Amino acid sequence: MNPVPVPRDLPLPLPAPEPLLVALLIVFFLMHIVFVNFMVGGAIISAYYELRGLRERRYVRLAYEIASTITANKSIAVVLGVGPLLAINTLYTVYFYTANALTGTFWISIIPLVVIAFLLTYAHKYLWHRMENRKGLHVVLILAACAIFLFIPLIFLANVNLMLFPEKWPTVRGFFSALALPNVLPRYFHFLLACPAMTGLLMVWMFRRRSAAALVETGWQRDELVRAGYRWALWPTVAQFVVGPVVLLTLPETAEPARMLMPMFGAAMLLSIWMTMLMYVETRRPAGRIGASFAAICALMFAIVGLMGTGRHVYREAAIAPHRELVRAKTEDFARRAAEANRAAGVEGEGRRP
Amino acid sequence: MDFPVFHLDVLGNRGLIAGIAVLHVLINHGLAVGLMPLVACMEWYGHRKRDARWDALAYRILFCAFIVTTTAGALTGVGIWLSVSLVNPYSIGSLLRVFFWAWFVEWLVFITEVCLILAYTLTWKTWREGAAKRRHIRLGFALGLFSWITMAIIVSILGFMMDPGNWLADNTLFSGFTNPVYLPQLAFRTPLAATMAGVIALVLVPFFVGRDDPFRREAIRAVAVWTLLFCPFIVAGGYWYYGAVPEAMKDNLAVSVLTLQFSGWLDEFLLLVVGTAIAIVVVVQVAIVRPGLVPRTALVLPLLAILWLTAHFERVREFIRKPYVIGRYMYANGLRVDDYALLRRDGLLAYATYSNPLTPAEQASVPAALPPAERAAALDRLQKGKDVFMNACSRCHTTHGVNGVADHLHRMFGNRVWTPDLTGDYLANMHNAQPYMPPFPGSQAELGFLSTYLEQLQANREPVPGAQQAGITVRPESGSKLAVGERR
Repeated sequence: MNPVPVPRDLPLPLPAPEPLLVALLIVFFLMHIVFVNFMVGGAIISAYYELRGLRERRYVRLAYEIASTITANKSIAVVLGVGPLLAINTLYTVYFYTANALTGTFWISIIPLVVIAFLLTYAHKYLWHRMENRKGLHVVLILAACAIFLFIPLIFLANVNLMLFPEKWPTVRGFFSALALPNVLPRYFHFLLACPAMTGLLMVWMFRRRSAAALVETGWQRDELVRAGYRWALWPTVAQFVVGPVVLLTLPETAEPARMLMPMFGAAMLLSIWMTMLMYVETRRPAGRIGASFAAICALMFAIVGLMGTGRHVYREAAIAPHRELVRAKTEDFARRAAEANRAAGVEGEGRRP
Repeated sequence: MDFPVFHLDVLGNRGLIAGIAVLHVLINHGLAVGLMPLVACMEWYGHRKRDARWDALAYRILFCAFIVTTTAGALTGVGIWLSVSLVNPYSIGSLLRVFFWAWFVEWLVFITEVCLILAYTLTWKTWREGAAKRRHIRLGFALGLFSWITMAIIVSILGFMMDPGNWLADNTLFSGFTNPVYLPQLAFRTPLAATMAGVIALVLVPFFVGRDDPFRREAIRAVAVWTLLFCPFIVAGGYWYYGAVPEAMKDNLAVSVLTLQFSGWLDEFLLLVVGTAIAIVVVVQVAIVRPGLVPRTALVLPLLAILWLTAHFERVREFIRKPYVIGRYMYANGLRVDDYALLRRDGLLAYATYSNPLTPAEQASVPAALPPAERAAALDRLQKGKDVFMNACSRCHTTHGVNGVADHLHRMFGNRVWTPDLTGDYLANMHNAQPYMPPFPGSQAELGFLSTYLEQLQANREPVPGAQQAGITVRPESGSKLAVGERR
């Protein structure tokens, strides 16, 4: 058996009480990921409608409506990602940086990949009318953006998974071996399904109250658009009832039992059933009443996402808590030795430079 | 030591950070901090004069800035962070713990800035008249202000890395934030950003206004006046900064003669500032007096000059804080000054968590013909030498790539065999001869191991992979076979 590495932490105190940093991490990460869902889901749905639009013209207008949301959502997604990154860097310094270093080439390639994807979404949006006669090439722009958007989450997931398992660190040889660790791919599909689902709700929000004049421009009836949004939300959510449990079952056993995890995910599951039923009912409602349960659906989604985010943190803590104690002990021991060596060498205070 | 060693053996780790950081600074200063107020001024002026041409030009310039800042600009900002956390996790991790709340506030300002640029760009075509237009112009100035605030916060952290000031004594965010280099550096960067925006706009105007359009001259003249206005402030700010740095460095460097070496770099910096300012002033003067006479290619000249100045300025800034990455607290190798006594006594490797496996080429440098026990001992020495190299040298040096140790050794010792005796003596005293080098952090024995490792570099030119490719092994004495390992 490989020995489990026990590194030292940085010898500086946390800049804030730990619970506060944890709260920042969970809240801002969820806000970030929702906008990432909008961005990735928007790209997928826009590409889908544009492809359908090659045969049926009316879908083109819908594709454009969705495409217009991607560029704003992507800016908000990026900027909201910085806060959780700050918090995770501070709270899990040893764990996060280790995972980053072990997958370094791909980790840093996030930057050029995201830049390229963003430029593609801009080209797709702002050259929409100029490329009317080059539809094929225009679709390629958004398909290429989708491909990049679908790859990048793998890099993040490989990292946040690898950081939890110090005993795996010595076995990892680059990004792909980190990707092959259990649970990465199920989590990826879980994320993937959430993208069209969240964007479906965004569509409902966009079209539910839009003025009649603006709706005429799209060439669609309000209820058709709202129903389309709900369908995007409904069927991926139904699929989550298969993928979700797979994610849970493939979670490696933690060093400490995560007792709160099952009740939290259980509650999330029950709320999901309720939410899915409401979505289904909405898709069946007549034009006059469709959208009546939107607020309830959003509230349920809010609660589910909150439970998932908190459950994720509970699992993370259970996975690394004992190891953290070892790290803490080693860090303190080193500080003691360093102070003692400084005293012996007489370099404390004055003349730090050896 | 405590993090697996990410390493780029051809480009160099600093090359990765420098590439991303310089690009970010150019975009941030030129297209955000400086350009947003300029665009807002153009919009305001056009509105006041009831001249739609200013409005159209301002929008087009803004659109360019919008595309670049919200893609490469935003992402290279995150990229600096990601690259530094790969290359020197010790320094960025420490900075985060000191400056967490400053960064947090900067993040809130950044969110505001992004929302403002989205709103400013996307409402341009709809908020056209009356009160809506006035609101839109105010939005533009607010955007300029928030762009400046993000820079003003980050500059404090850059100043801190050069000289932490009183933070070393009292460890508070306030004393770190108000470090001695902060205000002079901010006073230099602010007009630099405004001037850079001016020269960028000078290049853009001819793309958006035709050669025969009389408005082109008017626009070029106005932008040139803006550019010229800030030039004296660059020189003044640069001079203040020039004065503040040696003051800070005096504390950093014990031996006065070493300060001379740094002031050499600083003098070069001052000359650059003055030279670039003159070059810009000349072109801009002509643009003001005879805007029709300036060819498009001449307008590119100030842009190249200021880009070069800024990139070089960042390089000098990086260099003069050496041998530290955080002044008097942490050396460029990521090791804390306070840990040196211990590491020198017990050895660097005694406290290293990871080992970096030898490559086949490195193993091949030990003759296969040796008796097995002797070969194993030689490989063990080589392994230790490599681990010392990776922990103590590889943050700044490659083997044969950019800033490669082999090149330095070749320059000093030529084709003589780089025996451990030859290089070991030099390494032990290197920090005295080269003031920007940190002292060797390990034990005497480790100095020998490192010299052994350097010796094989004379023949072995194979690049050394970092942990991102080769992975890591756990040094047996540092790992733990404890309850944690009981996971299934």
